[in-house]
Amino acid sequence: MLVTSCREGVLDPHGPVGAAERLILFNSTAIMLVVVLPVIVLTLAFAWWYRASNARAAYRPDWSYSGYIELVTWSIPAMVVILLAAVAWIGSHELDPALRLQSDVRPIRVQVVSLDWKWLFIYPDQQVASVNQLEIPTGVPLEFLLTSATVMNSFFVPQLGSQIYTMPGMTTRLNLLADRPGEYPGLSANFSGNGFSDMRFLVHAVPASEFASWLEHTRETGAVLNAEAYAQLAEPGINTNLQTYGGVDPQLFERIVQPAAQPAAAPGKEQ
Amino acid sequence: MLGKLSWAAIPFDQPIPMAASLFIVVGVLSVLGLVTWKGWWPYLWREWLTTVDHKRIGVMYVLLALVLLLRGFMDAIMMRTQLAIAAGGAQGYLPPEHYDQIFSAHGTIMIFFMAMPFMVGLMNFVVPLQLGVRDVAFPVLNAVSFWLTASGALLVNISLVVGEFARTGWLAYPPLSELAFSPGVGVDYYLWALQISGIGTLLAGINMVTTILKLRAPGMTYMRMPVFCWTALASSMLIVAAFPVLTATFGMLLLDRYVGMHFFTNDGGGNFMMYINLIWIWGHPEVYILALPAFGIFSEVIATFSGKALFGYRSMVMATLAICVLSFLVWLHHFFTMGAGANVNAIFGIASMIIAIPTGVKLFNWLFTLYRGRIRFEVPVLWAIGFMVTFAIGGMTGVLQAVPPADFVLHNSLFLVAHFHNVIIGSVVFGAMAGYYYWFPKAFGFTLHRGLGVVSFWCWFVGFYLAFMPLYAVGLLGMTRRMQHYADLSWQPYLIVAEGGAVVILCGILATIAQLVVSIRTRASRRDLTGDPWEGRTLEWSTSSPPPAYNFAVLPKVDSLDAFWAMKQRGLRVAAERYQAIEVPRNSANGFVTAFFAVVTGFAMIWHIWWMAILGLACAVVTLLVFGWVERVEGEVSGEQLAEAERARLRSMEPA
Repeated sequence: MLVTSCREGVLDPHGPVGAAERLILFNSTAIMLVVVLPVIVLTLAFAWWYRASNARAAYRPDWSYSGYIELVTWSIPAMVVILLAAVAWIGSHELDPALRLQSDVRPIRVQVVSLDWKWLFIYPDQQVASVNQLEIPTGVPLEFLLTSATVMNSFFVPQLGSQIYTMPGMTTRLNLLADRPGEYPGLSANFSGNGFSDMRFLVHAVPASEFASWLEHTRETGAVLNAEAYAQLAEPGINTNLQTYGGVDPQLFERIVQPAAQPAAAPGKEQ
Repeated sequence: MLGKLSWAAIPFDQPIPMAASLFIVVGVLSVLGLVTWKGWWPYLWREWLTTVDHKRIGVMYVLLALVLLLRGFMDAIMMRTQLAIAAGGAQGYLPPEHYDQIFSAHGTIMIFFMAMPFMVGLMNFVVPLQLGVRDVAFPVLNAVSFWLTASGALLVNISLVVGEFARTGWLAYPPLSELAFSPGVGVDYYLWALQISGIGTLLAGINMVTTILKLRAPGMTYMRMPVFCWTALASSMLIVAAFPVLTATFGMLLLDRYVGMHFFTNDGGGNFMMYINLIWIWGHPEVYILALPAFGIFSEVIATFSGKALFGYRSMVMATLAICVLSFLVWLHHFFTMGAGANVNAIFGIASMIIAIPTGVKLFNWLFTLYRGRIRFEVPVLWAIGFMVTFAIGGMTGVLQAVPPADFVLHNSLFLVAHFHNVIIGSVVFGAMAGYYYWFPKAFGFTLHRGLGVVSFWCWFVGFYLAFMPLYAVGLLGMTRRMQHYADLSWQPYLIVAEGGAVVILCGILATIAQLVVSIRTRASRRDLTGDPWEGRTLEWSTSSPPPAYNFAVLPKVDSLDAFWAMKQRGLRVAAERYQAIEVPRNSANGFVTAFFAVVTGFAMIWHIWWMAILGLACAVVTLLVFGWVERVEGEVSGEQLAEAERARLRSMEPA
């Protein structure tokens, strides 16, 4: 069981991507509160002061236009939006999920497959794989290549940052990094059917040395993830066991992305 | 013979759906029984089912919305209860097969069959009166629109008893909604119900645009139209532009499901990303189809009860039209996490923020309408002030999610769920409730109970904050939407508070029902004979309450904004010298009969009963042709009848 308690979610990031996104969250909120708070206070204040029973309040039934006020009412939101637009433009480019993280360390590649209703993680360079458990070394950039074997899901580890859709027949890219050891819950953030709520996984961030020994241990003990084992895994169902595979068919991920990877038929011809 | 339909379609083995089905069946049968017992059918048929009067059709739309609000809310409180208990290892009381139908039905019903009919109904009732005209441009078509909407609502509710509803979420994203992953009839119920009601909505939009563009009282230029008419025009133009996209998109999904095509499937060259783009090209304007009329209602309410002209009318009109155009340029912000790339995400993010400018201007304009007003705290003003505060917060969390990197961690979370309830309840529901209370005396000739209205407002207002502020928090903690149970026990306290909020909202709904019952029972003492209970500014208040079938004995002449206010300033001209006969459209069963066959066709298509589908469709076409060919003789109200009616009205207005 992946029972966890007292996680702080996206407000408690354990990696640079999540931290940058939290900063943007805070900055944008602060920029908007500068306008939103006075508007709320003024609404309540005007409603109170100009109540019909208040004989001291001014009443100007025909006053309905002021060029100066109109100038202000158009420019205040416009200025807020200009500020936020800059945040959005810079943020979108710096935190593009497909963008590789700056680091001297060689990244680790992970292929992610969402299945009904479990997550398969393949480490193509290490030739191991695991289900519903993502073992990662801290301080090492992670390059995810994601797809789905069934319907659309979204791969999301709130404490590491950005989520990205996993989609059948195509791949998406995501780059993350965990800078501290720990256990971070991950989930599917896009509804995918009956077993969706159990489509959880655990990210286990460990120091590099521990990661190396996990790799070694996995290689020695796990079964091989070949076409047959994959077909078994792909059967719809909830899988709460943390499975690992000591070997992986190197073509498996490509075949999941393009199931009909037979020689392309000439256009107009039946296969 | 009966396609896929068999006794297995009725959930005899599942206690909760069975109890709900029984409840609905017994409820419907007892209402029908009562009507038969009391002998009300002729009255209902003559006065309501075949009416083509825009006011009655408007009332029926609102009634439909209120009934479906109850259904949608029952779904909501079931979900909240499930999530309040299904923590840790607990599975709650609703299995995923059932829970998934409930959240799909909740969204579908609340948007298509609660919010839409509420807004379309208010527009239908109010716009011709505000324009100073006698009906909409196409009265019979108006009835057809309403009954097609009601047909869709009926099909959704039939799914509760016979078969199942979609388990795909309210927008039925493929590939999940394709036959391979949703082989049952649930998605078909969803698609046919929305195809039928979508046609109704499109026709209603065309009717409303034509009415506003072509039928206005003499002298009512565009810049003298009340702001509610402007927002109704903008909303209806959005309907006309956006609903065909929805129909085409659902049409493609239907072709995939029924004849094995591959528009959105995983195989055969299909691409479901196209569906997601198309559905949001409809979906984002849809938000403004609902919100713009609500903004219009608040504009009317705030100006009326402040005793003051709306501040910045021209700005308001410009802002409305700006929102109308911009709403088509932002759909991609619903899926920043699809991996579109930095430039695309940034451009759509910024476009989305730009909508905040005209929306912010509106908020400021309401603020300056309150400024130096003389505010009477009637119930609609409470809703309006509650809206301004709530909407400011909801707008802020919305703009926050328009920043793509912020959306990367908020997308599909309960933060998002809290945001859109924040704006939709804050603007559309609050606006609808304000409009309901504000125009009720115009529709029925007596005011609603004020005390219960105040109770209803405070329950909704407090209940909303209790129900949705915790969802913002739990969304930030990483909880995603549409979960049937969750492992993280630290989320549970928030969801228990949210459940409490739903219960408080329930009290608000009960207060609204009690208000209606009490007001009807005490209507004799709350009659409004003046036709102008709120010191109104626009033309709907210049005629009697309820208005006669022809609305105005003499079409008003308009020479300024707030036409009725100006007339009152000059001193009312009480009676015209002579009255001209008025042609009033006669009743037509066209809408009701067409809609009946639409339900038959939809039901038959859902269950693959092909002969019945062909028969139903043929009958619907024949109905339209027959009604189209019959030479219609319209009714007439003579000048003498008009003069007598006006004299009676003026007599009753004189102080006793």
